[in-house]
Amino acid sequence: MKTKMLLAGVTAGVMFAGSVLASTLDDVRARGKLNCIINTGLAGFAAPDDKGNWTGFDVDFCRAVAAATLGDADKVNYTTATGKTRFTKLAAGEGELLSRNTTWTFSRDVDLSQTFIGVNYYDGQGFMVPKALGVKSAKGLDGASVCIQTGTTTELNLAEFFAGNNIKYNPVPIETNAEAQELYKAGRCDVYTTDASGLYATMMSFDNPSDHMVLPEIVSKEPLGPVVRHGDDQWADIVAWVLRAMMAGEEKGITSKNVKELAAKDNKDKEINRLLGKDPLQGLSKLGLSPDWAVNVISQVGNYQESFEKHLFPLTIKRGMNALYRDGGLHYIPPIK
Amino acid sequence: MTFFSNIWRNEKSREIIVQIIVLFFLGWFISWLVMNVNANFEALGKDISFEFLFIPAGYDINQYLIDYNNRDSHLRAGIVGLLNTGLVAFFGIILATVLGIALGIIRLSKNWLASKIAYWYVEFTRNVPILLHILLWHGIIINTLPHPRKAISLAEVTFLSNRGFYIPKPLTETGIELVYLFFVIAIIFSILFAKYCKRKQDLTGIQYPVFWINFSVICFLPLIAFFISGMPVSLEIPALKGFNFRGGMHMSPELAALTFALGIYTAAFIAEIVRAGILAIDKGQREAAESIGLKPSKVMNLVILPQARRVIIPPLTSQYLNLTKNSSLAIAIGYMDLVATLGGISLNQTGREMETMLIVMLIYLSVSLSISALMNWYNSKVKLVGR
Repeated sequence: MKTKMLLAGVTAGVMFAGSVLASTLDDVRARGKLNCIINTGLAGFAAPDDKGNWTGFDVDFCRAVAAATLGDADKVNYTTATGKTRFTKLAAGEGELLSRNTTWTFSRDVDLSQTFIGVNYYDGQGFMVPKALGVKSAKGLDGASVCIQTGTTTELNLAEFFAGNNIKYNPVPIETNAEAQELYKAGRCDVYTTDASGLYATMMSFDNPSDHMVLPEIVSKEPLGPVVRHGDDQWADIVAWVLRAMMAGEEKGITSKNVKELAAKDNKDKEINRLLGKDPLQGLSKLGLSPDWAVNVISQVGNYQESFEKHLFPLTIKRGMNALYRDGGLHYIPPIK
Repeated sequence: MTFFSNIWRNEKSREIIVQIIVLFFLGWFISWLVMNVNANFEALGKDISFEFLFIPAGYDINQYLIDYNNRDSHLRAGIVGLLNTGLVAFFGIILATVLGIALGIIRLSKNWLASKIAYWYVEFTRNVPILLHILLWHGIIINTLPHPRKAISLAEVTFLSNRGFYIPKPLTETGIELVYLFFVIAIIFSILFAKYCKRKQDLTGIQYPVFWINFSVICFLPLIAFFISGMPVSLEIPALKGFNFRGGMHMSPELAALTFALGIYTAAFIAEIVRAGILAIDKGQREAAESIGLKPSKVMNLVILPQARRVIIPPLTSQYLNLTKNSSLAIAIGYMDLVATLGGISLNQTGREMETMLIVMLIYLSVSLSISALMNWYNSKVKLVGR
């Protein structure tokens, strides 16, 4: 009797393990919610507001994908991940989308079998020091204790920058941004290093932000963007075009305020018509999205500019490299036709 | 048919058959697990490969017992981490043992205050999770000690700040060999002298203060050699340069916090084990020892502890194992142990979760088994020898 039960259990286990993978879009639709992996807490990018709802630039992108695929930006389950656990969580299927200021690198794209679908924030690694320290340049940091958030490209950049400039330092690796801030504030480290956007976010959360400064050196290229699992091109395309739709919104002057109005009328700019579903957009059915996908994204979340200004302007972050190409920035999206 | 039923009826052969069947299913289950992992890895487009161990790690480690820089391989980074684990476990075990034995004995003291203090110590520490101990100690060290520029100094050669504890580092010069030689001679002399005294005592009952004589010999003989050879040791004194102290020997706040936390936490458990061991000895033993006029310290050292040791060692072993494994919580405060290097940064930089975790698990397993083997050997030495 016991043997039979064991056999049945094992057979069921084998069958369960062998179940075929459905398409990611089908999974999300069947569940009725998008599972999105975000930061454990970084002001401006992903942090809970006073009502306990996740809000921020990266959170907005999760909401945009939910709006495009499910028609409702609120249908998102958020899962938080540290720098160390994020790829494992994505690979293990804890989320369909990793929207957590993740740097696009060769190894991560090629070797870790995940797909980077674009850049939503051009960043670079910087250093924050207390003004009282009297340091004006990162080259003056010889012998300093440096707090690093572990599990990021930061560690490698730091090692390369200091080795290249022949500067000695003492690394203090910390798991999350919150803990690293505490150590920096307690004076365990002279310097805190992470992506410049993260430094500004951290600085703004201090009691006296003006006592600290970000040094002028930016020591790395950090193109941050959303990541999906490798192997489902349809899903990768959906996520990529949601990002582009938000940028197209800014480019064409479509905002959350006027999107409904523009969608209802025949615009002179036919690209607006195609984006908002007035004119047919060839191939859209292959993505499995309804014609009003971009209307949902922009009306519920806003365009790229709106999201940026809402979440990152309060941190005194400027558009800089993150402006559209026509304003001297790097964001240049393929035409929607 | 009768052949098979005969085999089944025979108790011996039935046992063998059942064991074969169980073994078969166990093997099947394990191979299914392995195949399942392989199938899932294939579905994810991943393979299992250990080549990453030999590519440059690219990151720096703040404490290394063997030479390391960021061009060394992930394997070497892992070894550096393992040695850091070993270091904190070593200090932690010493602290836990000394403190634990002292507390265990104090708890049984007739002095009401001393025994109550030990009691409250045990109850408070062992009922708070170890992670909180670690965070608490780290918090105390980095928040209460001053910045390096205002470091507390002792005679301007040792410094205490929130970057750690700096002491002068002895640098050996030529001529030091004589000191080493005299040290070895002193050790050999002590062993022979101790044996001689033991025999003398067995034969005549005369006791010599063996400990004090040997202690003096081991201390003074190398010291004499030190002066004869013209003091061949110089001190590298730590000095504040830029942001931090340079030179000297350094104990980081993380290592200190981890050692205190692990030692103090585990000491509470060891105290209970020691108490149990002592209470397990029949009180007649103590009374008999006292009745022949032994001093209380002799009663403890010669009669009670040697017997209690047999009760104490097996559970003590598992406390040592716990302490070593608990040291993996070091990551919480940024101490770069095995989990933080190979199981942390290397994992993240290479994306080889399965491989790094397998290696880390195997290493912890072998470390635990070696401690276990060592303690079992010691246990077999002290256990009751049947005559």
